[in-house]
Amino acid sequence: MSHVWGQTPDVSVGAAGMKLADGVETYGPEAQPRLGFFTDTSVCIGCKACEVACKEWNLVPEDGLTWTGQSYDNTGELNANTWRHVAFIEQQAPDPLKHGKQDFRWLMESDVCKHCTHAGCLDVCPTGAIFRTEFGTVVIQDDVCNGCGYCVTACPFGVIGKRELGGDGGMHKCTLCYDRLQDGMEPACAKACPTDSIQFGPLDELIERARERCGDLVEAGVSEARLYLADENDGIGGAGAFFLLLDEPEVYGLPPEPVAPTKHLGTIWGAAAVAAGALAIGVAAAFVGGAE
Amino acid sequence: MGSNMAENHPVGFQWVMEARLKGATVMHVDPRFTRTSAMANLHVPIRAGTDIAFLGGIVNYILEHERWFDEYVKHYTNAPVIIDERFRDTEDLDGFFSGFDPQTRIYDTSTWHYAGMPVQETAGERSKGGTKGEQSGHGAQGGHLSHGEPPEEDPTLQHPRCVFQLLKKHYRRYTPELVSQICGCTREQFLEVAETLCANSGRERTSSIVYSVGWTQHTVGVQYIRTAAIIQLLLGNIGRPGGGIMALRGHASIQGSTDLATLYNILPGYLPMPHAEQDTDLAAYLENHSGSTGWWGHFDAYVISQLKSFWGEAATEENDFCFDYVPKIDGDHSTYQCAMDMIDRKVKGFFLMGENPAVGSANSRLQRLALASLDWLVVRDFVEIESASFWKDAPELQTGELKTEEIGTEVFFLPAATHVEKDGCFTNTQRLVQWHFKAVEPEGDCRSDLWFVYHLGRKIREKLAASGDPRDRPILDLTWQYATSGPTEEPSADQVLREINGIGPDGRALGTYADLKPDGSTSCGCWIYCGIYADEENKAARKEPGGEQSWVAPKWAWAWPLNRRILYNRASADSKGKPWSERKKYVWWDGRKKKWVGEDVPDFQEDKPPTFVPGDEAKAEDAIAGDHPFILQADGRGWLFAAAGLMDGPLPTHYEPHESPFDNLLYSQRANPTRQLASRRENPYNPAASDAYPYVFSTYRLTEHHTAGGMSRTVPYLSELQPELFCEVSPELARERGLEHGGWATIVTSRTAIEARVLVTERIKPIVVDGRTLHQVGVPYHWGSRGLTTGDSGNDLFPIALDPNVHIQEVKAASCDIRPGRRPRGKALRELVESYPSTLEASA
Amino acid sequence: MTATSPTDALSYYGRPIIKEPVWQPDIPLYLFTGGLAGASDLLALGAQFSGNRRLRTSALAAATFGTTISPYFLIKDLGRPLRFLNMLRVVKVTSPMSVGTWIFSAESATTGIAAGCQLFGVMPRVRATAHVLAGLIGPAQATYTAALIAQSVVPAWHEARRELPVLFASSAAASAGGAAAILTPVEHAAPARRLGIIGGVAELAASKLMEKRLGKLVGSVYHEEEAGTYSRLATASTLAGTALMAFAGRRRVGAVAAGALLLTGSLCERFAVYHAGKQSARDPRHTSIPQKERGGRAVTQPSSRTGNGSSPSASTR
Repeated sequence: MSHVWGQTPDVSVGAAGMKLADGVETYGPEAQPRLGFFTDTSVCIGCKACEVACKEWNLVPEDGLTWTGQSYDNTGELNANTWRHVAFIEQQAPDPLKHGKQDFRWLMESDVCKHCTHAGCLDVCPTGAIFRTEFGTVVIQDDVCNGCGYCVTACPFGVIGKRELGGDGGMHKCTLCYDRLQDGMEPACAKACPTDSIQFGPLDELIERARERCGDLVEAGVSEARLYLADENDGIGGAGAFFLLLDEPEVYGLPPEPVAPTKHLGTIWGAAAVAAGALAIGVAAAFVGGAE
Repeated sequence: MGSNMAENHPVGFQWVMEARLKGATVMHVDPRFTRTSAMANLHVPIRAGTDIAFLGGIVNYILEHERWFDEYVKHYTNAPVIIDERFRDTEDLDGFFSGFDPQTRIYDTSTWHYAGMPVQETAGERSKGGTKGEQSGHGAQGGHLSHGEPPEEDPTLQHPRCVFQLLKKHYRRYTPELVSQICGCTREQFLEVAETLCANSGRERTSSIVYSVGWTQHTVGVQYIRTAAIIQLLLGNIGRPGGGIMALRGHASIQGSTDLATLYNILPGYLPMPHAEQDTDLAAYLENHSGSTGWWGHFDAYVISQLKSFWGEAATEENDFCFDYVPKIDGDHSTYQCAMDMIDRKVKGFFLMGENPAVGSANSRLQRLALASLDWLVVRDFVEIESASFWKDAPELQTGELKTEEIGTEVFFLPAATHVEKDGCFTNTQRLVQWHFKAVEPEGDCRSDLWFVYHLGRKIREKLAASGDPRDRPILDLTWQYATSGPTEEPSADQVLREINGIGPDGRALGTYADLKPDGSTSCGCWIYCGIYADEENKAARKEPGGEQSWVAPKWAWAWPLNRRILYNRASADSKGKPWSERKKYVWWDGRKKKWVGEDVPDFQEDKPPTFVPGDEAKAEDAIAGDHPFILQADGRGWLFAAAGLMDGPLPTHYEPHESPFDNLLYSQRANPTRQLASRRENPYNPAASDAYPYVFSTYRLTEHHTAGGMSRTVPYLSELQPELFCEVSPELARERGLEHGGWATIVTSRTAIEARVLVTERIKPIVVDGRTLHQVGVPYHWGSRGLTTGDSGNDLFPIALDPNVHIQEVKAASCDIRPGRRPRGKALRELVESYPSTLEASA
Repeated sequence: MTATSPTDALSYYGRPIIKEPVWQPDIPLYLFTGGLAGASDLLALGAQFSGNRRLRTSALAAATFGTTISPYFLIKDLGRPLRFLNMLRVVKVTSPMSVGTWIFSAESATTGIAAGCQLFGVMPRVRATAHVLAGLIGPAQATYTAALIAQSVVPAWHEARRELPVLFASSAAASAGGAAAILTPVEHAAPARRLGIIGGVAELAASKLMEKRLGKLVGSVYHEEEAGTYSRLATASTLAGTALMAFAGRRRVGAVAAGALLLTGSLCERFAVYHAGKQSARDPRHTSIPQKERGGRAVTQPSSRTGNGSSPSASTR
């Protein structure tokens, strides 16, 4: 669903939070409740079933057999050939849920595309390949994408990658299993996750649940428990895939205060206009004084 | 303990997470801080191989602080039973029990029996061929007890020779201080575990112990589990919801594999394999192995029904139901003995189905040399595993120990169908048998194991059809008719299941093993599975969702026996049949209906009242009183003291692993005196407490790979998750030995040296054992020479040192050296290994 | 070193937070040639109005070269070059590349028409109209690429969003002036020389201003690795070219040398910016530190079950 004129509409931010209020204009009667992920890293056991299920369902290629020595994370990062990535962080830090003086903990987190409310990748895509689905998710149409790579520079989370090296040259990322959603099924990773660290469903329900869970943890003494990207007032308008983290975002390799670059679109075009004007003046000035 | 459940049973672990979310406390005692430890409320690091000291310490704690569940212990365990006055404990004999013969290294267990009568372990006979505990441990340990009650008991638990007091004496020195010294944990950590366990047991609360091969794969493996059993019996946790001991098995259907007897010494349903010398005919066999009390009292019905299922019409009372057709064992034919027999050219040919000993068995170098000694080898697997390709890529080809052109083994590799390409079932750790349906036809020449065995048998029978030789009758007389279907003529797995279930005189599927008869009118492949096809319904195929039935979920699949989900659940009620508490009620006696009712199928005769007292001449289950829940034991009690059935002692005792840098701090006897060793060239041992091997190491599994790697190192999506063999060491050990994170290390034992990438991590901590710092090294064992990711095999490092009861290998604790850099190649590798000290002596 | 992530924990094992742009050196070449084209078209228009035919021809030649080769580089850099035309499916104001595609398509068309008419000596009125249109589009052509770069999360680019357009515009002017000075006989090349000097001086000032405004952390990329090398090269070249053009531009040799230096400087400046982006993307601190300082609502801890919650206090480490 691309538009010839004007800005591709974002998900509208309703009064009740981040859910779509009466659907996105473009979808009208076809609009669905906004769906997304709540990833509760406090119950992630680092099994990587999510990584494997995703690759099997979406036929994502193997991403390189490289041992990193970075704890148990040999996947490294999200990119065109990794749409779920489990991070492992070994820390000399107190774990409040542990009895006794145990100053060690092992954080695990399944990272994924955030399906931002204000999605930088979608905004800058020059072919309209990246679009917003009726579920509020952000999907790349493989048959339109020409691999220009602009989206890569506009993602505050470093999610999108290019499938090179014998691949199709296009950009790829998590589709939130769009095909499965259309058949009323949950995404492959959510289905495979044995501990329900990856929870899938209507976004407003997930946020409710997440707030309760975070509150429970804080009450139980886990003062570092926090929600990440659950607030519509953050730089991306909140995410369709948000997280419960047990430490600062940058510990997990996540940006602490991500902002969609489109936020400064006005400034950018404005500066360009000023510069264009200055160029015109400069050229005109060059003609003052004759041809010699 | 002895388990890394989150990593190796992640799907099952979700229930632990659910329990934790509901407030349960999860404690993980393990040498390494693993993904399980990350989710636990407490992680206690201990030295690999010292769990009995830790658990014994808990037993001592329970007894010292009077935390046992008194009523449960008095009525449901053999705590009050008085033991033979000739019995001597390890405290008396400095690490030995009475009856040890230093020549044969075997115990005469007669002094361990109940006072006043021989608790004849029905497999008491030992053959001269050294069938160490062949027929023990699986069958009627209880032996013969008249009216199911031991003759001498002290209900006050004060008699100095009653089990309770013997227990106290045996564990008296397992104090928190000593536990800390042996295991390397702190006193506080140990006490936290002990106290938490005690506080959460009793009427209102139960605790569960979960273990895996971290406990079984030791020379004292069976005794590890026994110690846990003692703890759970003392705390009253057995047979109760949320209690019990859960053995997490290492493979999707390995439980089924032992149930249906892929072990050499048992027949399906844990019937002992007949022995050539002792079980000369059916009568002798029945005499030697039956129990007169408890459900083993119907041993004859189980045996004869099985013989009928094998030989059908041909099995009659006149010919002992074809008992003579059953192959007999005459010694130790366990997997390790078999491998050694191959090298000695006693075993010429081998079928290897779904196993990869070249990577997965201890002393895998010896395994490869064994395979290279065979005349012929048939391998069935999904991919060409190392055990099939050894002749071209075994590490021994590089060292020059083997040369391809000199290997005479003819290898037949037959590709196998996967579980989605055939009907069948998995039997998991909870005795749950779950059916799976074929989804696609196998490709090419891939066939299921059922297809292979059935058609192999069919072809052999065709070839022998005209034979008049009586030697061929056992094969020709087999019931071997199954319907086949589909393009590959796949035999019906469903029919096989029905045959396993058993058929009555009316030709209909039986519903319970209680209906099995010793007169040849019933047939049943495996008595514990009787009922799985009751009413002509494949009950294992039931898939009613959990949300649509009770919390016990009896209509999901089927658990043996008789779909009981918790065994010995009579113990969830007190001796009068009333639940211990409302909160923990599970099965109880309904006085009006005059039967046992509750959430689960009662593991008791339905109509036997709690007040039932057996008559003097009562037999089998009728000899078990109404307040004795442990119906497979001769006396219906849970055995704190194992008066019969085990090779190495009635009470678990801390022994050091066969290879250890430490001496035994409790006794002069260092290691399990009855452990099985093999003194041969291919199996050198590290000398005891040798300085050359100062570190303790252990092998383990990663979530990302599966056993010997055939199913995971050949799959790109799994291989990329853990693409190289690595070892885990602490920063302190790295400094001490000059190891670099991300670099290489060589790990050396007297068997061989392997190389691995170095992962320096604080998850492995140095611990203090007996006053000195000990470093431990962790090595995943998944790698071999074939696949997308290849590497050295961890099991190459271990010797053959086995538990005497079940012949399982000790691969969870041994000693090693570790040095920086890659290992040498070719002959230089052997030179390096041989520069280290070793011994061929099977030491005491 | 161990398996533990650095505990100063400003990153995950020192890995980048955002992705390094996947663009190949084709892109700075695309930027450079595009800018050259836009400013040249404007110069050609000025020459048209002031009746300076020789200058008009040279500027048009440079513009034609630019508008031909610039899209070539862009298309070559695509993962699926044959799908270039998909860029014309939409017009998205949020995407400077989308807007830019239309801009340079129009610029290429008008410049091509003007050049064609000139070459074959036909349709003078069409040619004139094409000149005017191309010239009017010129400033947009020379500056949209800066918007493209700035509309990203790459710190060295996004944080320079106010300075990049001026930098690119002045760089375009310097290169257009330089190119025209090479191609035009000196007696007709005065505007080209002046444009080259104006552009050169502005370019130098803009790049320094940009670096300063980026601050110590992010701005450091212009002193390191490839960006540092290209930046130094650009400064030296542009400085030399500007000076040479001012003092020796009236002689043929001087003009050519100065023009070449200005072109080189402009090209190097684009490469400096390109590499600066890659280096900045690679360093997780460039992303995490400024964001942490800025603060915001990405991280929240619900204070009540239903409330939106507050931001947790600063790191408890």
